[in-house]
Amino acid sequence: MKTCLTAVISSLMIFSPMAYADKWSDQFPHIKATGDIPGDCSYEKMSKKNYKGKTLKINTHAIPVMGEPTALHAEQFEKLTGAKVEVTHTPAGDLYSKAMVPFQAGQAPYDVVFGFSNFINDWKRYLAPVPKKYMNSPEMKDVTKSHMGVSSWDGTMYQYPVDGDRHYLKYRKDVIDNPEMQKKYKADTGNELRVPRTWKEYAQMAKYFNDWDWDGDGEKEYGSAEVMKKDDLMFAAFFSRSVAYAKNPRTPGGFFFDLETMKPNINNPGFVEALTDWVEATKYVPPGGTNFGLGDEIGSFGGGQTLFSFSWDDAFIAAMQDDSPIKNKVGAAPLPGADRVWNRVTNSWENQYNQAPYIVWGWAVGVAKKSKVKDMAFDYLCFFSNGANHQADLAIGRFGVNPFKNSDFDPNIYINSMGWDPEIANSYTQTLLDMEKSNNRVFPLRVPGVFEFTSAVATGTSKALAGQLSPQEALDEVAKEWEAIVSRVGKKAVQDAYAVGVKMEDNKL
Amino acid sequence: MNFKHKYFFLFPGLFVLIGILIFPIIFVVRLSLSGWNSYNPGLDYIGLENYIRLFTDDPRFWESFFRLSFLSVTTVILQYVIGFALAHMVWKDIKFKRFFRVLFLVPMMTTPVIMTVIWRTFFHESLGPVNDLLSVFGVAPKWLTDPVIAKFTVIIVEVWQWTPFMFLLLLAGLLSLPKEPFLAAAIDGASPIRKFIYVTFPLMAPISIGAIIIRLIEASKIMDTVYVLTSGGPGTSTETSSFYIFIKGLREFQMGYAASMSFTYLIIMIISLTIIAKVLTKVLLKE
Repeated sequence: MKTCLTAVISSLMIFSPMAYADKWSDQFPHIKATGDIPGDCSYEKMSKKNYKGKTLKINTHAIPVMGEPTALHAEQFEKLTGAKVEVTHTPAGDLYSKAMVPFQAGQAPYDVVFGFSNFINDWKRYLAPVPKKYMNSPEMKDVTKSHMGVSSWDGTMYQYPVDGDRHYLKYRKDVIDNPEMQKKYKADTGNELRVPRTWKEYAQMAKYFNDWDWDGDGEKEYGSAEVMKKDDLMFAAFFSRSVAYAKNPRTPGGFFFDLETMKPNINNPGFVEALTDWVEATKYVPPGGTNFGLGDEIGSFGGGQTLFSFSWDDAFIAAMQDDSPIKNKVGAAPLPGADRVWNRVTNSWENQYNQAPYIVWGWAVGVAKKSKVKDMAFDYLCFFSNGANHQADLAIGRFGVNPFKNSDFDPNIYINSMGWDPEIANSYTQTLLDMEKSNNRVFPLRVPGVFEFTSAVATGTSKALAGQLSPQEALDEVAKEWEAIVSRVGKKAVQDAYAVGVKMEDNKL
Repeated sequence: MNFKHKYFFLFPGLFVLIGILIFPIIFVVRLSLSGWNSYNPGLDYIGLENYIRLFTDDPRFWESFFRLSFLSVTTVILQYVIGFALAHMVWKDIKFKRFFRVLFLVPMMTTPVIMTVIWRTFFHESLGPVNDLLSVFGVAPKWLTDPVIAKFTVIIVEVWQWTPFMFLLLLAGLLSLPKEPFLAAAIDGASPIRKFIYVTFPLMAPISIGAIIIRLIEASKIMDTVYVLTSGGPGTSTETSSFYIFIKGLREFQMGYAASMSFTYLIIMIISLTIIAKVLTKVLLKE
């Protein structure tokens, strides 16, 4: 049934442009590739709404990532409905507090608040549940199971799905698949040049391709672009590197904590090994790379400066845009794995290959419970992610909008409307799809006070990257801080919330 | 006229004072005795728990305080020396005096956050023009990624931004100096250096103390430069007290604990700035 529905929706998406392209894409060039796509919140449907005299206030991220599409769709929404939409842009690190301060004060200066999906536990009591009419829309039925789970708590959806994020590996296909480079690499190192299966291979290749002009453009290239700047989502980059060493499919019951005791796992040898690798990585990033935020990472890999990158889709999409110097020269693959994985039950290493996807979830958005224009707010969100906007947004790397609908995994979308090489489109969609299907996934923490936990990780790991502490010392410090946070928040409260995530990781939900 | 009427005229000022100064301080003290955070909002009462945590289990706060002391003292000394030199230069009759007076004030008139973004672009180690230029000489300092150099990058930006303020105060001081001591020194045949050491500098001492204290108060709140330029990194190497309090309060939402840090920091600053003012008065005014 689901497959059928996906096929129908995909067909609608692919063939509908012919019918609607002329009518709406003239006014809204953003959707010129597809035109309007029929649906509950299409351009056609929205143009029949009348919100004249009403004002919608939105707090979103800084431009471009998520901030730019928010503003663009707000402008379109204004034109279609007559509403006035005021958009405020806020740096990533301040999104949480910008909403929480008025929430806790019982005010609603913003009707729509953007944030990260792991804020759900702290935000849910201040957000209005998504109404049934949107839940039953065909667009919502197309959202993947894992992203429905991401946006919901205890079966109630509080966050409207607008984005679906995972971390995966991006690499320069024109180098890795180049027979001459393969021969040269083999001759110089004795190893095969291939898509890295482990983080150790990743490091070897990144070091080899660091600090010389390997693509002949007259400028030096480097090994890897990574988010290493403190407080700029670096914690997520660290977890991406940790999952291979520390997510053991044979030891269910918690990746971040031992669910039973709530003792942090963050300083066990698996995590320490990952941080040791990461400290080593500071030697093969571009100059200034240890101060790269997400925007820098997107620009660096997307601009052709590095061989590898891993994190959200954005850098990959930026590399595949029409104006990119490396369009159709990049590949997508699962995150590298490791040749050994830590077993926290036996307290020993298991010498076998392990790989685990990190489902980072990503951007989330909700409507304030105290908003006086809830209907308009939900209409805006529904319009934001309608078929035409969603497809157009997917094609722009800096927008930060990534696949979260089943129909997004159809490679034809990328081949036909974005001009991707079929092999690359197939590997991209397959990589994402495999992550959805994996039984060894890691999901982010969704516990009360989540920002305290991730902030502690950012501080500890950045100290290790800066050489202020050894990896073990840094993670011991993080573990101590995590224990203190658990004690302050209350063990039971954290344990109950964490249990939901563990169930998903252990494939019991 | 009833004598009590004078109190009536004091009320507006008193009301404003209570509203914008006294009330926030009292509220911060009350907040510091609560456990207000993201999962437990509200002014509950937890006694001195936050203060005990701060004094016994938070070395990061004290590290950031000592880092702040280093950064603020260094930047203010540099601002004083450069500001005095520039003020002295345009105090004299030189060509384009008015142009230079305006030019030296330009950095102060710019928006600190925007200028810091521009400085961050300048110092960007991959794409910035500074290392592009320096690469001609075969050097490429790690402006933002080396724990030691990053501190000096913060100092450079702060000095650039706020030296004009020092320049302005000192120039006003120089312009208000009496002419007689300088005439007497000229009749005695004093060299320019001796004139500066024995006449200008001592006469400028009261203004200098005021300027240094004002800048120290401002520099001790250094936040936007750190926030935009380094986010306190690499590691915690440029993290200052105000930035750390910001992280705990508005990032992690530990409002109660952040309030206890703010209040402690306020007390420390009042005490230390009072001591510094006394010492400067004693040394410069030889009282």
